[in-house]
Amino acid sequence: MRAILLILLVCLAALANAERVIHKEKSLYRNIEVKESNNRRCLVFAMRRRDRNQTCINLSHPDRVVFPYARMTFAGLILNPEPESILIIGLGGGTLPTVISKLFPEAIIDVVEIDEAILRVAKQFFNFVESEKVKVIVQDARVYIKRAGIRKQKYDLIILDAFTGDYIPEHLMTVEFLQEVKSIMSDRGVLVANTFSTSKLYDHESVTYQRVFGDFFNFKMPGTANRVIVATGKPLAPKKLIQDRANRLSGKMTRYGVNIDDFPRYMKRGKDWNEKERPLTDQYSPANLLRGE
Amino acid sequence: MSVELLGGRILAPYFGSSIYVWGSIISVFMLSLSAGYLIGGRLSLNRPDLVRYGCFFMFAALTLVPTVLFGNGMMDAVFLQIEDPRYGSLVASTLLFFLPVAMLGMIAPYSVRLLVVSSHHSGQVAGLLYFVSTLGSALGTLMTSFYFVLWFEVNQILLTMVATLMTAGAASILYAKLVVR
Repeated sequence: MRAILLILLVCLAALANAERVIHKEKSLYRNIEVKESNNRRCLVFAMRRRDRNQTCINLSHPDRVVFPYARMTFAGLILNPEPESILIIGLGGGTLPTVISKLFPEAIIDVVEIDEAILRVAKQFFNFVESEKVKVIVQDARVYIKRAGIRKQKYDLIILDAFTGDYIPEHLMTVEFLQEVKSIMSDRGVLVANTFSTSKLYDHESVTYQRVFGDFFNFKMPGTANRVIVATGKPLAPKKLIQDRANRLSGKMTRYGVNIDDFPRYMKRGKDWNEKERPLTDQYSPANLLRGE
Repeated sequence: MSVELLGGRILAPYFGSSIYVWGSIISVFMLSLSAGYLIGGRLSLNRPDLVRYGCFFMFAALTLVPTVLFGNGMMDAVFLQIEDPRYGSLVASTLLFFLPVAMLGMIAPYSVRLLVVSSHHSGQVAGLLYFVSTLGSALGTLMTSFYFVLWFEVNQILLTMVATLMTAGAASILYAKLVVR
């Protein structure tokens, strides 16, 4: 009897907090849902066990970047405050390209997204707009980057945000792939990668990035499980310079809810991973299996 | 099946892991198997023996070697020539896998011919062979996707297959030379 009551209570609580599903579709790659609750609209890649929000927007403050990891992505600007050409891998709801294009109206922003349905949803529900400067290419990122390398294209800022779903695209996490990424980075180019902070994958992935870029900033903030790698392939900029630049940027970042001047003290230079782990390569890339270990 | 799974791995760096890459791989495997069945069946008409049978294994092994050694070179060339990753992956998987898989396909009908003694038992023999080969495929798929990719590099797995096929071929030829005679 008590159990039944408890279940009823839980159901009631769930109803009170109800999210409305305003759009649902099955794409070639995943189930997509758009949910709305308390002023928030979220893009969700639906799964049975736990849904994972991909992007949320705050309906009453549409400029605010809702997710900590998305905010952390802006750390790349500290290392290159004036990017002119930007490549974003993974569109999601389009928050990053939208905010970045507001910050740098003159910059060219190319977004590579594998799933056409995501692009449609981003436009329809998340106010994402393509323009002369902001273009979306529907393609596998590995293919796009390989071709960009052949064209000798260069980017000042590359944001790798393809690892938020349940399945990791393993060919986007290998030494060879990162070398291809490095080859399309300009002289002052910065790579920002939103990656994994737990499981054995953390060690393997860190070793992989280290192999290609040398030392990088290992950026983790309290209260999130995300780890953002900020790499340039050059010696790490000194602490003071980083903090000065962050302070200078903070003025224009506050309206997006990004406290960029807080970032430098969490951008660690040390190696807190097992350096003896095997780097991931095209020959050896069981990333999804390693995540389970 | 194990090779088919690894095919996805091999093509991904060039053509991505979009759904059409898997479409290309599966189509090419089906096509080459069907060609292999046809040729193997035809060859079984002509005085079948264990030596020739062993040679099929050997050739399958040999045709896998270029896939391991020159796979990246071939895919580089295809990648440069063909912009559309659908046709790129289709051409690349044909180049990489058609020959070895067709050779492997020839083994099945040839085995039927070698094992069947009376038409009465032909159905049973064919059934047994399907059983063994499909079970083997299932185990190969499972082991490769669950464990091998975690323990070994793609090329190490492929070379192990080459060695296994070579051994099977050699065993068949030796058996024919030593015992049957």
